[in-house]
Amino acid sequence: MATTTVNFPGRKRETVDKAVIRFCGDSGDGMQITGSQFTNTVALYGNDLATLPDFPAEIRAPAGTLPGVSGFQVHFSSNDVFTAGDTVDALVAMNPAALKMNLPDLKPNGILIVNLNDFGEVDLRKAQVAVNPLEDHSLDGYRLFPVELTRLTRAALKDLGLDNKSVDRCKNFFALGMCYWLYNRSMETSLHWIETKFKNKPQLVQANRMAMQAGYSYCEATEAFQISYEIPPAKLAPGVYRNISGNTALAMGFVAASQKAGLPLFLGSYPITPASDILHELSAYKDFGVITFQAEDEIAAVTSAIGAAYAGAIGITTTSGPGMALKTEAMGLAVAVELPLVICDIQRGGPSTGLPTKTEQADLLQALYGRNSEAPIPVLAPSTPGDCFWIAMEATRIAIKYMVPVIILSDGYLANGAEPWKIPDISELPEIPVHFETNPENFQPYRRDPQTLARPWAVPGTPGLEHRIGGLEKQDVTGNVNYEPLNHERMVRLRAEKVAGIAQDIPDVVPVGADSGDLVIVSWGSTSGPITAALKSEKFNGRRIGHIHLRHLNPLPKNLGDVLMRYDKVLVPEMNMGQLVMVLRAKYLVDAEGFNKIQGKPFKTSEIERKIEQVLARA
Amino acid sequence: MATETLPVYTKKDFQTDQEIRWCPGCGDYAILSAVQSVFAELGVRRENFVFISGIGCSSRFPYYMKTFGFHTIHGRAPAIATGLKIVRPDLDVWVVTGDGDSLSIGGNHTIHMLRRNVGLKVLLFNNKIYGLTKGQYSPTSEIGKKTKSTPFGTTDRPFNPLSLALGAGATFVARSVDVFQQHLKETLKKAAAHKGSAYVEILQNCNIFNDGAWFDLTEKDARSEHVVQLEQGKPLIFGKNRDKGIRLNGIDLEMVQLGNGITEKDLLVHDESDPRSAYAFLLAQMADRPGFPTPIGVLRGWEDSPRYEDLIANQIREVQAKRGKGDLAKLLRAGDTWEVRA
Repeated sequence: MATTTVNFPGRKRETVDKAVIRFCGDSGDGMQITGSQFTNTVALYGNDLATLPDFPAEIRAPAGTLPGVSGFQVHFSSNDVFTAGDTVDALVAMNPAALKMNLPDLKPNGILIVNLNDFGEVDLRKAQVAVNPLEDHSLDGYRLFPVELTRLTRAALKDLGLDNKSVDRCKNFFALGMCYWLYNRSMETSLHWIETKFKNKPQLVQANRMAMQAGYSYCEATEAFQISYEIPPAKLAPGVYRNISGNTALAMGFVAASQKAGLPLFLGSYPITPASDILHELSAYKDFGVITFQAEDEIAAVTSAIGAAYAGAIGITTTSGPGMALKTEAMGLAVAVELPLVICDIQRGGPSTGLPTKTEQADLLQALYGRNSEAPIPVLAPSTPGDCFWIAMEATRIAIKYMVPVIILSDGYLANGAEPWKIPDISELPEIPVHFETNPENFQPYRRDPQTLARPWAVPGTPGLEHRIGGLEKQDVTGNVNYEPLNHERMVRLRAEKVAGIAQDIPDVVPVGADSGDLVIVSWGSTSGPITAALKSEKFNGRRIGHIHLRHLNPLPKNLGDVLMRYDKVLVPEMNMGQLVMVLRAKYLVDAEGFNKIQGKPFKTSEIERKIEQVLARA
Repeated sequence: MATETLPVYTKKDFQTDQEIRWCPGCGDYAILSAVQSVFAELGVRRENFVFISGIGCSSRFPYYMKTFGFHTIHGRAPAIATGLKIVRPDLDVWVVTGDGDSLSIGGNHTIHMLRRNVGLKVLLFNNKIYGLTKGQYSPTSEIGKKTKSTPFGTTDRPFNPLSLALGAGATFVARSVDVFQQHLKETLKKAAAHKGSAYVEILQNCNIFNDGAWFDLTEKDARSEHVVQLEQGKPLIFGKNRDKGIRLNGIDLEMVQLGNGITEKDLLVHDESDPRSAYAFLLAQMADRPGFPTPIGVLRGWEDSPRYEDLIANQIREVQAKRGKGDLAKLLRAGDTWEVRA
């Protein structure tokens, strides 16, 4: 990877094109903040990047234990970045438990910084480590830097008069300072953040600043590090960028949709990991007139949103798999009464409570089919954190245009992961036309638009449009309760036809890479990154491989079946037991093969590469 | 629209062309009739009325009202109505529900709607039985009741709906009876006038599965002995000869015979606007006490509590006044940004 090496007096600075760094420690060690700070700094410098926060479901498991380990990984580069990285170049481990959990991902000869002060007998016991790894030569294959993080931080802050507990909480900034030195990054962004974050606690501003500066100076002064690295900025498309996580992007996408549609946004939500941040985010946007309703349960969350949609607002609800299960009946109601609604499922590992903080994409079949009777719902899935913004707008547009509930399937990796995002100009945003029925003449609540099959949106308060809707089967056109056999079949087919017709409104698939040949990889959701990265491998030069990444899972793009037939093999990597592959096989009678990982973690690029090699070898 | 004068409505203006599918003799007919009459007099434009219902016999109600109507799913009407009312506080939103819909499957939404004081009018049709599913016991069925699902009698203690509502912080709690048409209409008008959540229990007869559940109160001979009608500022008197009353004894209620030195002056004087709900709670509990009459009328009508939807709207207005209306371009560029040049 090294491209150039510049020698400073006594030290080397090596220019490389990418690095992956992981901060790990106890849940109380502030690893998420440390990782986010490092991320913001490299983002502002102009690197492309991807992050993978990995934290336990417990708020604070016993300190120093294995279940309490929290980590944050960032991959930054002067080239395009598609994943958070398979293995790490530098690992910062704050205690033995963190070291034990994370060492397997450190590259041979990788940089390993550990907090020497937390490797006492008690710490080792808590981590269920029999022999001190710092002493048994098990770390000989790495560039080990045992640093007395706790002692050095205390020494640096001794004159502030803070208690030890507060002082010790600054040691993550000592480690952050070291990493800034190691990767030649300015501390300015983090200094600014510290000042804003603790603006009412000047002592903490000073403490964190001094800890970070002490870490930086430590590297400079001790000559422990003989080498530092430089990763030049990436050549991103021109524009203004910010760092964005999937949940933030989704929240902003809905605000944008509300502005473009000229309708108030109503979020009904019940807190659930990993979706709660969308509620937090939107609740702050009162200046945009956003209404957030923290409901008494998941069912009230979705039904209040249905009530809001009935009233003429953009009704949305955000949740994760277990929550969407509870919303199921209400989603069927939205299908029956044909009101616009957006349901966001930020998927996590299951079944049941499962792995609340870990990622999975096993709710696809739930989204497509998990309701009683025939209740088709369009399903969209973002592919990157930034894409969540566009998906929110598109889901809203489809919901309103077709008078239909729409599901967005994001996942924990997209929700919490971050990437640089090119901020769109307001003029680039798609229009979201809205038409409320106001004409009482010949008004019929279920008379459909001939093109879209949408029924009119006739909100209460409109003179002359008084009418009744409900969950009972209704007569075509009039909407009156009707149980006649042929009418029921007609209504079931109409609802299905309406959703299927959305295929006319979404782009055809255009495979990336070969548009016919040996193999096509079909994917959806957050697996886009590792697959894109894997296909860049030189190993596949000369092979004709295409990649189709689906953002629309119902309806599927109308040319998908034809495109699949142009390849000898179809491979479908998914973080589930094979859900999309089942749909593709059923729908297109294609001999698609699944590649499945259900570990609560995204695919590694190397795993996808190996699988492609295997499949091609069988040709 | 606001400048247009209000059309003169009659009961007929609120009747739909839909065939009514309640059993002949069902108490719901009387309630429907009362509501249609009262609506003509409320001074509200027809298009501004919305009926939201859940599931059950009572929940078919919206189909028969020529207003906006939404027949939703079991138990969820308060939540759907809450979403509607937050977005459109100007509308007159009524929830129609039953003892199963509101107190069993929808119990959670009922209590949370009440604690929030959303400006919804709730009509709880209480017939102490599940009608639409053909005769299982409900959360208001008396203990020991033999039904289709309890051939040896229920072992469940029933809810007292009004106690539950008061416990949830309801600001308006009332009770009326399907066949007491005049009283029902007056009660509905009072509920309509209340700003926050109004919870009205209507004792209703299911003549198919639980006929006579309220005969103790509704039969001509029984009525005056078993019902005490609450009137603001008036003492709690009942009985065929108006010779019985309720007075306070310590922190409890006591039934007394007037005469022998006990006069009207010793009796409790009804005050629905008591800010504390303890008094209304005592009244609500009376219905369950052997020998005590069942109070009908407004048990609690306390106006001094803000409506949920107003608090939400005010908060948005306050933030907008302070920060200005949101600017999307600014929002997208909030926080740290950097520019990549061509």
